[in-house]
Amino acid sequence: MTSPGITAFGAYVPRLRLQRSAIVGANAWANGALAAHGRGERSMCNWDEDSVTMAVEAARDALAGADRNEVSAVHLASTTLPFTDRQNAGICAEALNLGSDIATLDVTSSLRAGTTGLANALAAVRAGAPGRGLFVASEHRRSRTGTPQELLYGDAAAAVTLGRDGVIARLAGHHSTSVDFVDHYRGQYSEFDYDWEERWVRDEGYLKIVPPTVAAALASCGVEPGAVDRFLLPCTLRRVPEMVARQAGIRPEAVADGMQQVCGDTGAAHAVLMLCRALEDAAPGERILVVGFGQGCDALVFEVTDAVRDLPPRRGVAGALARRSPEENYDRFLTFNGLVDKDFGKRAELDRQTPLSTLYRNRRMLTGFVGGRCERCGTVQFPKSHYCVNPNCGALDTQADHPMADTPGTVKTWTADSLTFSIDPPAYFGMVQFEGGGRLMVDFTDVDRETFDIGAQVGMQFRIREVDSERGFRKYFWKAVQAD
Amino acid sequence: MASGIKDKVAILGMGCSKFGERWDMEAQDLMVEAFTECLDDAGIEKDRIEAAWLSTAIESVNVGPSGLPLSVALRLPYIPVTRVENFCASGTEAFRGAVYAVASGACDVALALGCEKLKDTGYGGLPQRTRGVTNDMFWPNLSAPGMFAQLAAGYRGAHGVDKDDLKRAMARVSVKSHANGARNPKAHLRREVSEEQVLKAPMVAEPIGLFDCCGVSDGAACAIVTTPEIARELGKTEFVSVKAMQLSVSNGEEAGHSGWDGSYVKTTRIASKKAYEEAGIRNPRAELDMTEVHDCFSITELVTMEDLGLAEEGRAWRDVLDGVFDSDGEVPCQIDGGLKCFGHPIGASGLRMLYEMYLQLLGRAGERQLDDPKLGLTHNLGGFPHMNVSSVSIVGRYEG
Repeated sequence: MTSPGITAFGAYVPRLRLQRSAIVGANAWANGALAAHGRGERSMCNWDEDSVTMAVEAARDALAGADRNEVSAVHLASTTLPFTDRQNAGICAEALNLGSDIATLDVTSSLRAGTTGLANALAAVRAGAPGRGLFVASEHRRSRTGTPQELLYGDAAAAVTLGRDGVIARLAGHHSTSVDFVDHYRGQYSEFDYDWEERWVRDEGYLKIVPPTVAAALASCGVEPGAVDRFLLPCTLRRVPEMVARQAGIRPEAVADGMQQVCGDTGAAHAVLMLCRALEDAAPGERILVVGFGQGCDALVFEVTDAVRDLPPRRGVAGALARRSPEENYDRFLTFNGLVDKDFGKRAELDRQTPLSTLYRNRRMLTGFVGGRCERCGTVQFPKSHYCVNPNCGALDTQADHPMADTPGTVKTWTADSLTFSIDPPAYFGMVQFEGGGRLMVDFTDVDRETFDIGAQVGMQFRIREVDSERGFRKYFWKAVQAD
Repeated sequence: MASGIKDKVAILGMGCSKFGERWDMEAQDLMVEAFTECLDDAGIEKDRIEAAWLSTAIESVNVGPSGLPLSVALRLPYIPVTRVENFCASGTEAFRGAVYAVASGACDVALALGCEKLKDTGYGGLPQRTRGVTNDMFWPNLSAPGMFAQLAAGYRGAHGVDKDDLKRAMARVSVKSHANGARNPKAHLRREVSEEQVLKAPMVAEPIGLFDCCGVSDGAACAIVTTPEIARELGKTEFVSVKAMQLSVSNGEEAGHSGWDGSYVKTTRIASKKAYEEAGIRNPRAELDMTEVHDCFSITELVTMEDLGLAEEGRAWRDVLDGVFDSDGEVPCQIDGGLKCFGHPIGASGLRMLYEMYLQLLGRAGERQLDDPKLGLTHNLGGFPHMNVSSVSIVGRYEG
């Protein structure tokens, strides 16, 4: 039995990358200073992505090759959870088919939720929680148009599994502080953050709160600051990680890149995203110090083990960043984030109420993408049905649950429909034939319009199917995405 | 072995409203327009009608549910009136109800009337609507063109047809129907179009462009049916009788099992095979004089030619380009303009197809009259290529 730590990691970054030049180009007339942040690109959710869908995808990456029966807890950290009262971690657990004998928890209310949640999930493992814990941090950031935040922020999710066996990064030390330092806040009924002056945030916040917390964390495990190999401090203020490192006695070359040019700051997810990025190429023995800042500070010290070499390949942060589609159209970003009142025509007026009893009855199919497999003839089918669809079988009530989310498929037929309502027209949908059987008429998303055609290989992703803005609900289902 | 419907039922009269954007008409006004023509044609009093079937498809933007709208509009004498709905094949379903009632001997004279009022939605195309509470949870926000467009993808995949060749053949389908519709005073769209216009039209659902789509129309059509014996008693010497009526409904196999390749409509193949048996037809391409098929989209008509056995598999696109289905071709199709140009008031369309057959068989089709047709087929399809209802009817001159 070793001490608790991370046993695997995974990540998800939306495919769309808004070019910062597009934001500056649209807003410079009002605020010329935005040009200072005009380089590079930021990740942006497609209209059908949110903190829950990204969390599910990051978790699937983290669970690649793992036995899902071992997962005993799902903790989800975010300040942009789609539901205020409906447990968001519970949606993830259902989508991941983790069963109902599981502990689920949302961790929120601070950008520090990523590191605080991780520390607490690890504490649960240390306290004897069985099996593996799954910890996910996800953020779909929202900001007023034409603000520096719009340029600096990004959307992403990162996930780790936790346990005492097969640890790739052992938690060596940890310290947290709580200080009601309000650099920004978002009230219960506010849409956007309200920020205070950056120089004050830097001088009174980061530079006064982080160094002592870091020192205490390092002291808790007897690690000298100079022995830290990677220092992970998400911060949108320029040079602050370097300044904190110098104060704390950490070598400047240990300061990790915050992925500002390729992704942007992903809020509560960012520290965990940086941690996953570090684990991708960390060597055994390396010491990683990850810090979360927000009304106080968390500092966690990890020591990478030999087991990191045995981790099966995964998409990870590097893979997720590489899967990108540059977006030059600022208006699409505004539209997808509900920042403009776009006209979608009268077809958009259809009532999108979700009958909750229908959702509950069909939750395995809708949220978990579970079909049926006839135990008599072996035919896979979606949805699961009483009578087998195989014309040569037709047996009654012979189908066992058959999870299909990880089954690849091929595009059999498709169209790009400009008539029907879609937030991102034209709507791509068509028939997907799954490997090993089963087929479905289903939505496509993140379509590469140049290469998409019959025969394209696809995988399934958990996405928003419809938003019921009148009632504050969103329907989730699975969509087919072109394989990388 | 059932003896089938052949020659058991005669069409006593038919009527059809003008199809189109009938801004000034209520659905009930359209019903009366079609019915009065039909009743005059039948030459009977209204109270001879003993049972009626009303077909409407999208009742929420139309007259609402039940048989009441028809009974009230025509002031029917408190007889049984049943409303039927089976997607876009609803019209033929109303006809089937009336035909079966007469054939069974349950009544002597029955009415089938289909009506749709689609132009009160405030936008073009069919209304966006619920597909059922559970389906709405996971089906795409599909539109009819979006679903039928996929027939083109499936057809390309199965037969290796070049995208541009298929698009050109599809365009030819529409050019032909516009030429026919231009000669039909009751048609919604009465303007000829060129192949270039069709090819350059705005895309609706890849690869279906605007001119690959049928009209969305208001309209009503109806038929009064009886037995051949009663038709004679009523003084009819030349009349049309029903030779076959078949309906096939998907059971989910195309949608859920890998057997179907997406290039054809399975139900049409099944229904037409049964209909040919019922009517005693061995070689449809040689024996049928004309067809009115469910050309909701150009690709649907093209594929239907194969499903009905009027073209070899994978060859319909060539036959179309060769003019086999033109008004002067081997088997004229949509001589009245079809759904494409006559228009598609959904619940009325199946009856509208029969109306054209009826006129042609009795030599009353005016400018577009074919040379002495004796046997015709209607094909009325509802739903989507992967999950649908397909109705095939054959009518001909009664020669008993």
